[in-house]
Amino acid sequence: MRPTRRGGDGDEPAQDAGQVSAHKQQLDADVDSVLDEIDGVLESNAEEFVRSFVQKGGQ
Amino acid sequence: MSRSVAHPSQLTDDWDVVDDPTLANVVLTNGARLYVDHAHPEYSSPEVTTPRDALLWDRAGELVMREAVRTLASSPPGVNLYKNNTDGKGASYGTHENYLMRRSTPFADIVRHLIPFFVARQVMCGSGRVGIGTDSQRPGYQIAQRSDFFEVEVGLETTLKRPIVNTRDEPHAVADKYRRLHVIIGDANHCDVAGLIKLGTTSLVLNLIEERAVTDDLSVRNPVATLQAVSHDPTCRQLVELADGRRLTAIQLLWLYLEMVQAHLEVTGEGGERHTAEVMRWWAEVLTSLERDPMSAAREVDWVAKLQVLQAYRDRERLDWNDPKLKAIDIQWSDVRPDKGLFNKLRAGGRFTELVTDDDVRYAVSSPPEDTRAYFRGRCLQRFPDNVVAASWDSLIVEIPGQRTLHRVPMMEPLRGTRASVGPLLEEAPRRGGADPRPGRHRRRRPAGWPPRCRAGAIGSAVVTRREPLGGSQRHTEGPPWPVRSRCAPRGVGATATSPRRTRAR
Repeated sequence: MRPTRRGGDGDEPAQDAGQVSAHKQQLDADVDSVLDEIDGVLESNAEEFVRSFVQKGGQ
Repeated sequence: MSRSVAHPSQLTDDWDVVDDPTLANVVLTNGARLYVDHAHPEYSSPEVTTPRDALLWDRAGELVMREAVRTLASSPPGVNLYKNNTDGKGASYGTHENYLMRRSTPFADIVRHLIPFFVARQVMCGSGRVGIGTDSQRPGYQIAQRSDFFEVEVGLETTLKRPIVNTRDEPHAVADKYRRLHVIIGDANHCDVAGLIKLGTTSLVLNLIEERAVTDDLSVRNPVATLQAVSHDPTCRQLVELADGRRLTAIQLLWLYLEMVQAHLEVTGEGGERHTAEVMRWWAEVLTSLERDPMSAAREVDWVAKLQVLQAYRDRERLDWNDPKLKAIDIQWSDVRPDKGLFNKLRAGGRFTELVTDDDVRYAVSSPPEDTRAYFRGRCLQRFPDNVVAASWDSLIVEIPGQRTLHRVPMMEPLRGTRASVGPLLEEAPRRGGADPRPGRHRRRRPAGWPPRCRAGAIGSAVVTRREPLGGSQRHTEGPPWPVRSRCAPRGVGATATSPRRTRAR
């Protein structure tokens, strides 16, 4: 495939409002599940965790 | 769990490496080097010829580090590792790329044409960071982790006054033929696509420079300040001012490079080569996405993926950018552990475009690339672990049973020692060390599949002091690809022969 400059060609398929809204709801649910997942593993004391993350030396 | 049902990779107490936990410098069977650099472990992947292989053996490094964490977890206080480039408190540590270039290419050309590319490249392959300024003095989010740490355009240093183009040039190869371009400006990537195009597009631009095919001088005014301004603008609208007065976004600048590369490939007819085509396709695809809406590149580009998650978190919890929770997410994003690393969790959930499979990555942990000298290095270590006394990028020192001297095998040509040329020789040779079944010879048990075989360290010029005259011993036209017998060192001389395992990394 030959790469071509495609920005701003305006050839994106048009979506109707219903599709967009359904798509957005699905995205929101998706993001919620990601955030929940992060909450599940995130270090409980964020402040202490960030403070202890120090690198000495390195290029 | 009993030992008999445990996965072999968990029986780490059988590894030779555990024999000497202080060992700070080893070569792995995949041809990579693993050592302690300043205060952190460093994995230097083996030599490769394609960006896809560079990506694969970089990903293999993630597994090596994950295994290190697992191995060290049992001895308190334990150690954890993160694949990132700053602690957010003023310290930065690099992910260096190395490109073999023709010595004949004028360095001034490299500097002139690479600086604008590096000023812009971060929008495709930055890894994102919470905090602006080296010490995160200002709250906010920026595109690249390294950009705030750069102070000059060109220079030799890597830990202070960091230059956009670094002049370190130890080619570990025939020096009058090759130079090494040591790139210190990039971020460590987790996204396959960003990793592939970071290496692939840079390689294509370097090819353009080597072929003197750069048709448009894109020199940037105030490159260091512009590098930082571009990084500080996740909308990607920051304008870059060129020396000739043109004002472009980083994305538009990259399109100009892409078009020059494309025009050159059309002339040479090399555009159809599959690895080149793959890089060109992703390059165009990512620029298109970033141009339309940066957030639409969240499956391909690290900084976008991280920003998307952080932004969602901010929205839900109503947090400011200087909230420790956001900084914690930033750090934990790059935790190498599968169950704690946020990127790893999200990858498992299928949120990123993947170019290599987990099986490929596991294979690359213990196996070398087949089309460079890394094949010879890695396979020798795998098949003759007890006979390889030392290994470096450009030589191997071996002990041959029954002979009083050590043999040094020079490997000054990076493309010699491939599977095609030495594979049959190595496969047919009687195996020594490792799983030798001969009765009466005790061998340590080693788990199948996994072990990044950690023995025979001592890499680097500190060990290999008797460097051959450049290319001098490689003019053989028949027989093995290099003289099996080269210079010999009396046994027991030097740190190499007496205690290779104690050799420290430079």
